[in-house]
Amino acid sequence: MTSCPMPTLTPMATVEAKSVLPKDWFADLGQPETLDLTLAVTELIRRATSRMPQDIIEALVASRNGEAEGSRAANTLDTMLENITLADDHVAPLCQDTGTVIFWVRHPFGFSQLRIKEQIRSAVRECTSRSWLRPNCVEALSGKNPGNNMDPFGEGHPVIHFEEWAQPGIAVAVMLKGGGCENVGAQYRLPDAALGAGRDLGGVRKCVIDAVAKAQGQGCSPGILGVAIGGDRVTGYEKSKEVILRKLGTANPDPKLDAFERRLMEDVNSLGIGPMGYGGHTTALGVLVTEMFRHPASFFVSISYMCWSSRRMELRLDAGGRPSFR
Amino acid sequence: MKRITTPISEAVIRDLKVGDEVLLTGRVVLSRDIGHKYMVEHKPEWLKPLLAEAVIYHCGPVVAQHPDGHWSFVAAGPTTSIREEPYQADVLETYNVRGVIGKGGMGRKTSDALGKVGACYFHATGGAGALLAERVKRVVDVKMLEEFGSPEAFWIIEVEDFPLVVTMDSHGGSLHEEVASASQDRAKALMAQK
Repeated sequence: MTSCPMPTLTPMATVEAKSVLPKDWFADLGQPETLDLTLAVTELIRRATSRMPQDIIEALVASRNGEAEGSRAANTLDTMLENITLADDHVAPLCQDTGTVIFWVRHPFGFSQLRIKEQIRSAVRECTSRSWLRPNCVEALSGKNPGNNMDPFGEGHPVIHFEEWAQPGIAVAVMLKGGGCENVGAQYRLPDAALGAGRDLGGVRKCVIDAVAKAQGQGCSPGILGVAIGGDRVTGYEKSKEVILRKLGTANPDPKLDAFERRLMEDVNSLGIGPMGYGGHTTALGVLVTEMFRHPASFFVSISYMCWSSRRMELRLDAGGRPSFR
Repeated sequence: MKRITTPISEAVIRDLKVGDEVLLTGRVVLSRDIGHKYMVEHKPEWLKPLLAEAVIYHCGPVVAQHPDGHWSFVAAGPTTSIREEPYQADVLETYNVRGVIGKGGMGRKTSDALGKVGACYFHATGGAGALLAERVKRVVDVKMLEEFGSPEAFWIIEVEDFPLVVTMDSHGGSLHEEVASASQDRAKALMAQK
């Protein structure tokens, strides 16, 4: 078995040179009323849509090296890796489905969420007109497409979660969540008699195996599974997406769940679904689990399936308002 | 790896089997949800010469229009095909199409039509939007752009060495059924463990 080389993305100096943010741009966080994140969020989306996070690349390469040379699985993973290099080089969307655009914004006391929301919406419109985002937001019944990624009925899209925090800086995370993988997400209510799944980790395990077996290759496997145990129907699904922001290869802070994630990775990768469902040893790149509160009468397991093209990026403004992307 | 070029003869298709990896060169017509409904309900004549012995692609591309008016594809990977299951068999028979490109596979009705007309279902790598756009050499024309919007319009393109896997052939074979069956058995065995 030969191994494939780690794809090399363009150097950071090139990325910086192509940035829409002026060189040495920073925000004066001491004057919250002057904050304008429009350009910084435009740059955040530009990078998220075209530049795959390093942890995902490493997981794809490791998976590629675990597949037999010349197999469909290995060839397909090679195609995925080549696509990552091309999209970065061309500053083109990694995937034509640039997804539902979801933000998580955390800011200190004193900042206007109304203004930040308008700035984010303006950045999304700009990225759509630059072909970094596909116009993906249509009227539910008619399918009519306003063409700018704005919710035609209100301000539901782009999706923005706000939270005030006790730190001095600002964090804006974005996820581009494709429709194909969103369609194979699932929510279970335990106990589940059909699966023989009870209200414990063993029951959760059966839900995850069942969801992955049902998804086959349709969520663009190998996928990343976000699993939230507990919550209500809404908060469980929300948390199952948020958990996908965690970097692959980092340990779960809960040792019991960390061991559980490792076992589930072995389980789902033994299903033989493989990249795009062509067969192979690589069905998932990661399983990310979190435990929540629950109502005594309810026990939900919410599973979000993220495609292999896990497009996420975070903008951080430090206490001095200087930006970084991670 | 096999190379095929449009117009594709029936003999070439009959020679392809589930699991074959293929590089396609030639004419491809994009169509997805609204387009398939339209093809079945209106059976437009103007599509016949475009689709005969060519290939349909389930794809809603990201496109860019240049100052001189010509178009190019920026990202163009496959969308989920099963949504076209109610229409695909009828479209295959009406338009003498030799192949359908998409992802996720299709159902029994489509499989039967593939056998009847002599066509294959080709799977493209989902998410490889940038790479697949690179293999689109020319956007020849676009039809129904105003009416359907850009992700749903009939884009007529020429591709070169478009990388595909035959996952449903003209002999009733389906890689999707094979993988689904084996993986579901394995899932049951896993669930039986403590």
